[in-house]
Amino acid sequence: MVIKVLTGNYAVAEAVRLSNVDLITAYPITPQTTIVERLSEYVDLGVIKSRFVRVESEFSALAVAYGAALCNARVFTATSSHGLLYMHEMLWWVAGSRIPIVMAVVTRSIGPPWNIWNEHSDFMDQRDCGWLMAFAENNQEVLDTTIQLFRITEDERVYLPGMLGLDGFLLSHTSEPVDVPEEHIVKSFLKPRSQPYSMCGTELITLGNLPKAEDHMMMRYDIQVSMENAKKVIKEVDLEYSKLTGRSYGGLVECYRCSDSSYLVVGMGGWVGTMKDVCDELRDLGYKVGVLKIRFFRPFPEEDIIEVLRSVKGVLVFDRSISYGSLGHIHAEVLARSYRLGNRPVVKGIIAGLAGVDVGVKEFMNSIVGFVNEVEERGYVEKYSEWLLPG
Amino acid sequence: MSKTYALPISRPSIGVGGKTGYWRIKKPEVNHSKCIRCGMCWLYCPESVIDIIEGSDKYVVINYDYCKGCGICSEVCPTKAIVMVNE
Repeated sequence: MVIKVLTGNYAVAEAVRLSNVDLITAYPITPQTTIVERLSEYVDLGVIKSRFVRVESEFSALAVAYGAALCNARVFTATSSHGLLYMHEMLWWVAGSRIPIVMAVVTRSIGPPWNIWNEHSDFMDQRDCGWLMAFAENNQEVLDTTIQLFRITEDERVYLPGMLGLDGFLLSHTSEPVDVPEEHIVKSFLKPRSQPYSMCGTELITLGNLPKAEDHMMMRYDIQVSMENAKKVIKEVDLEYSKLTGRSYGGLVECYRCSDSSYLVVGMGGWVGTMKDVCDELRDLGYKVGVLKIRFFRPFPEEDIIEVLRSVKGVLVFDRSISYGSLGHIHAEVLARSYRLGNRPVVKGIIAGLAGVDVGVKEFMNSIVGFVNEVEERGYVEKYSEWLLPG
Repeated sequence: MSKTYALPISRPSIGVGGKTGYWRIKKPEVNHSKCIRCGMCWLYCPESVIDIIEGSDKYVVINYDYCKGCGICSEVCPTKAIVMVNE
C-alpha cells in the first residue's frame, strides 16, 4: 500500500499509469490539463510505454483515440467544458461503434460568459450518447473508478465507452491522500484488452455503412440492452475491486446512513462529501436523514433508487446542472423513478452551485432542514423545484 | 463469443449489393483501335469496374455487371476511345 498526496487530476494520471494504456491523446483545456501534462511526462520519462499523440482539437483527440481503439488499443483521453462539447459528435461515433474507450471529464461550466469554475452542465450535456457515465466524490474514488472503468467498458456484456466526471478545481486541483494500488494488483484486476471487433485484423471490415433502418434500430436497442447489462457488471467489478483493495463504493449508488432514514438527500460529485457531514450533524439533532450518492448517471441506477425511495417520506435532490425549461438532470430522473412506487415520497429538486458558486455546510443545512420541516408539517412542499441563488 | 451484437460493421464482397449494372441507362463502349493505353479511365472509374489487361489487344475491359454508366471514363478519355451508347 502506497499513500500519495494527489490532486484529482494526478489521481486520474496514476490510474492511467497503472492501467497499461497503449495510447493517450488529448488537447489541453482547463481544468483537465494537468492530467495529460502528467501523463506526457510519464511517457517522456519512459515510466509508461504508451504512445502520446498531440492533436489540434478535442474533436481530433477523440477521433484519434477512436481510430486507435478500433485497432484493439487501450486508449485514454481527457477533456473539459467546451472541449467536451466540441467532441460531441465523436462521442456518438465511439458509442455507436461499441468501442471501449475511457475518458476523464473534469467538469467546468460552459460559456458565455467565460468561466473556468465548476458545474456539471458539460457532463450532463453528453448523457444521451451511449457512454457509461460515472462521477467521483473524492480523489480516491477518482483513481479507483478510472481503473474500474477500463474493466467495465471492456467487459463483453458491455462494450461501450465510459467517462469519469470529477469536479473541476474542487477535486481536480485539490490534494488529498490517495491509496495507490500496487501495479501487480491492477494488472491482475484488468484483463487483456477486449472489444467486439478489430479494424486491423485479417478480416476486411467496413464501419458505419448505410444499413437498413431495421438493422439500425436493432443497433440502438443493443446499446440499451448493454447499458442494462452494465448495471450488473458495475456491481461485480466493485465487489472484485474491493476484495483486492478493501474499497467498495456500492456499485451504481452509495448509500450513506440511508437504511433507517426518513429523508434522503441525493447528489453527485464532490459536494456529496459535504452532504455526508451535514447528514451527521442533522442526525445528532434528531433528523433521520440519509445521503444517496449517484456514482453512475448512465446507466441510471433505477432499481437501486426505487428500493431506497420505498421507505422514505421525502427526497431532496441537488443538481449542479439544469436542462433549461425543465428540471435539474438528476431531479428529473429520480422523480420519474418515484412514480413507480405506490406510496410516493415528496421529491424536490434544488439547482445550486452553478458557475462555481460555493455551496457549503450552511447552505445544505438550511435547505435540508427547511425541506424536512415543510414535509413534516404539511405533507407536501410549496415549490417542487427551486434555485438556491447566491447571496 | 457468448453474446451476439448488433454492430455497425459490414464485410464487403463483390456483388453484395446486387448487380448494379442494371441501373445503367447508357453504356460505355471501348474502341480499342483508338485506345492509347494511358489508363485514365481505370484511374477515374468511381466503381473500380475497369480492368487493365497488360499485353492484350483489349487493354481496357469493363465489367458491365457493375458498371452504372456514369460516363466518367468517357469524359476523361483523351482520344474519345470510350463513348456512351444507349443500352
